[in-house]
Amino acid sequence: MDVTILARLQFAVTTIYHFFFVPLTLGLSVLVAIMETLYVRTNKDVYRKMTKFWGKLFIINFAMGVVTGIVQEFQFGMNWSEYSRFVGDIFGAPLAIEALAAFFLESTFLGIWIFGWDKLSKKQHASAMWLVAFASNLSALWILIANSFMQQPVGYVLNNGRAEMTDFFAVILNPNIWTQFPHVFISGLATGSFFILGISAYHLLRDKKFADMFTRSFQIAAAIGIIATIGVIMTGHSQAQHMVQTQPMKMAAAEALWESEDPAAMSLLTIGNEKERRDVFAIRIPSALSLLAYDQLTGEVRGINDLQAEYEQTYGPGDYVPPVAISYWSFRLMVGIGTLMLIAVGYALLLAMGEQLEEKPRFMKAFVWFIPLPFIAISSGWILTEVGRFPWIVFGLMKIDGATSPNVTPGMLLTTLIGFTLVYGVLMVADIYLLLKYAKNPEFTDIVEMESSAAPAVSIVGE
Amino acid sequence: MDLNILWFVLIAVLYIGFFVLEGFDFGVGILLPFLGKDDKNRRLIINTIGPHWDGNEVWLLTAGGATFAAFPHWYATFFSGFYLALFLLLLALIIRGVAFEFRSKDDHPKWRALWDWCIFIGSFLPALLLGVAFANLLRGVPIDDSMNYVGGFWNLLNPYALVGGLSSVALFTLHGAVYLSLKTSDDLMARSRKVANQLWLPAVILPGIFFVWTYFSPQGYARLGIDPGMIPLVAGAAMLLSGYFLRKKQEGWAFGMTAVSIIFAVATIFLMLFPRVMVSSLSETFSLTIYNASSSPYTLKVMSIIAITLVPIVLVYQGWSYWVFRQRLTHQSELEY
Repeated sequence: MDVTILARLQFAVTTIYHFFFVPLTLGLSVLVAIMETLYVRTNKDVYRKMTKFWGKLFIINFAMGVVTGIVQEFQFGMNWSEYSRFVGDIFGAPLAIEALAAFFLESTFLGIWIFGWDKLSKKQHASAMWLVAFASNLSALWILIANSFMQQPVGYVLNNGRAEMTDFFAVILNPNIWTQFPHVFISGLATGSFFILGISAYHLLRDKKFADMFTRSFQIAAAIGIIATIGVIMTGHSQAQHMVQTQPMKMAAAEALWESEDPAAMSLLTIGNEKERRDVFAIRIPSALSLLAYDQLTGEVRGINDLQAEYEQTYGPGDYVPPVAISYWSFRLMVGIGTLMLIAVGYALLLAMGEQLEEKPRFMKAFVWFIPLPFIAISSGWILTEVGRFPWIVFGLMKIDGATSPNVTPGMLLTTLIGFTLVYGVLMVADIYLLLKYAKNPEFTDIVEMESSAAPAVSIVGE
Repeated sequence: MDLNILWFVLIAVLYIGFFVLEGFDFGVGILLPFLGKDDKNRRLIINTIGPHWDGNEVWLLTAGGATFAAFPHWYATFFSGFYLALFLLLLALIIRGVAFEFRSKDDHPKWRALWDWCIFIGSFLPALLLGVAFANLLRGVPIDDSMNYVGGFWNLLNPYALVGGLSSVALFTLHGAVYLSLKTSDDLMARSRKVANQLWLPAVILPGIFFVWTYFSPQGYARLGIDPGMIPLVAGAAMLLSGYFLRKKQEGWAFGMTAVSIIFAVATIFLMLFPRVMVSSLSETFSLTIYNASSSPYTLKVMSIIAITLVPIVLVYQGWSYWVFRQRLTHQSELEY
């Protein structure tokens, strides 16, 4: 196998794996911070228990996100040194800022939060979690600023055989980031909400021991979940519209749209022949794609053949068509699951408002099975975003071929690919084991034993 | 001072911060199987660095990110060149971080023993590999005219670099032992003191050999960037003083001295490199310098403003977190890990 394929495979494996943990960190940090703030405000013990219980699951998940994140920072240089040389002047900046502004804040205050229960005042302690939540999402912003340059390069000039930054504010105000970041931020909240809904439902169905805590958790998650899920769909919509403008080929591939159309129909189900670029079987909704792209029933959406011809003229001969089947199905999986999530969280809200959660209402069990949904949808979304950019590593500027490290051999890449996959596999088993253990047994978290010693924490200020 | 020099200094500062801070928590991890007689003791040992290890590790991430931003060619050459070494470093840091979080969340002895091994290997290996890597930076590695490393993995494991690696292991382990004697109490403190005293000699001799070797080798001193003058001697003097304070049972001072020693040792390495960042052993003209490896002046300017704003803030709140957890751990302490 050649280096490029192995390097791409390694990036896919390590990044998708890393991003199993990140959305839950992004969302759950905010949700735990909200719970602890409620505890500080109301002084009700149920919120303290919730903070402790969900906080414990947050920590188990967080550790995995942190350690797999280090690989992300190293592998641009390890596997993609030519890419790093070409974009380092621009791409390195947000990575460095991410570490300086976000990682320090996140790691220091999470340490303070985990170990500081009896060392800080309640307010200080809750503030520490807000700082963790802020920093986690800030780090997402900076890495997405870096990714946005790959999707839509701005604020640069080609000089000395590389892309050099000319306008820092153009780079951080990249139009792409303002559709992408809200989508990622809100999908984190949706992930956290579904996580809480599922585990709460499990306990509410099983026994009444912690009914107060899980009823309240379910209600909060349903309320935030419905807003987040609607938000994910809306921001996803604006991202799709932005994609039509800036990367029309990605949209054409996601829709298996071979020829340009006006008005453009949307595919409901297409079985296509990718080689000959034609449909074998297709059910399509007239005008729906124009509606998606422009919020009106007419408007041209460009097809794969047209764009291929145009790119050959602009960029020279070559293949500019991304893998259509992967783009098409990842798009459908993401949108389909998003729709299912909306229905599910709508039902959760109805249940939560009805205050009959302890009566074990119908379909309650389904929420346990819904926990993986956001994870699958998010991975599909990223697969579309990255695979759909083919053949570009930086759109219009640099192709994937030739971006890898010239001195890294297939054998080296295979070694690291196998190594990461094995270690990641074992860690995933351990992580899921612990998550299940603590999710199923709230008594393992020190919420019960703390009951007796729930005296107000002493402030260290003035000590 | 131009911005290229400023960024060279900043990256040196980030590595110094990393080695001083993560140095002792690597040391603590290395000492875990030797000082942790039973589970309670092992938990106490791990909890001394519990609130800090992750924040300490960010210094390395920031150094990596800053290298990427300020010297993209240095980043690209170093990371693609030291490929398998960095892969091992990554695996070590991965299992180590997860182990801290996971080991005490289940009380099966085999579960805990497994993660304890991960903490040991995950601390020992990075301490060794980073020493080997920095020794190779000094020694020079085969870099061709297109800035690519062409040496392979075994080339990095030369005797000189291995002595460098053992030096950093010895230094960090001592640093960690002194830290433990500062943060624990009773029997654990007594044993940490004892180990610190035992470790002191190798932590003087190994870096001493490394320094003398560097001084006399044609690859090292003869080609150095800036004459470091008295700076390595300060590092040596601090080491001697740390031994004195250890015998006096003044751990606070001893810890200060091992920290000073690490600061001046790393500073020596960076001075000897300057203005080069990767020395080519094939031809001096192939070496990467702070000029031919750097970002554009504009990017350096933007990043300078950001770094000079943020670094002091980071120092303040990280310092505060050490203040919050300044107390010694005792057998009565609540343990999270």
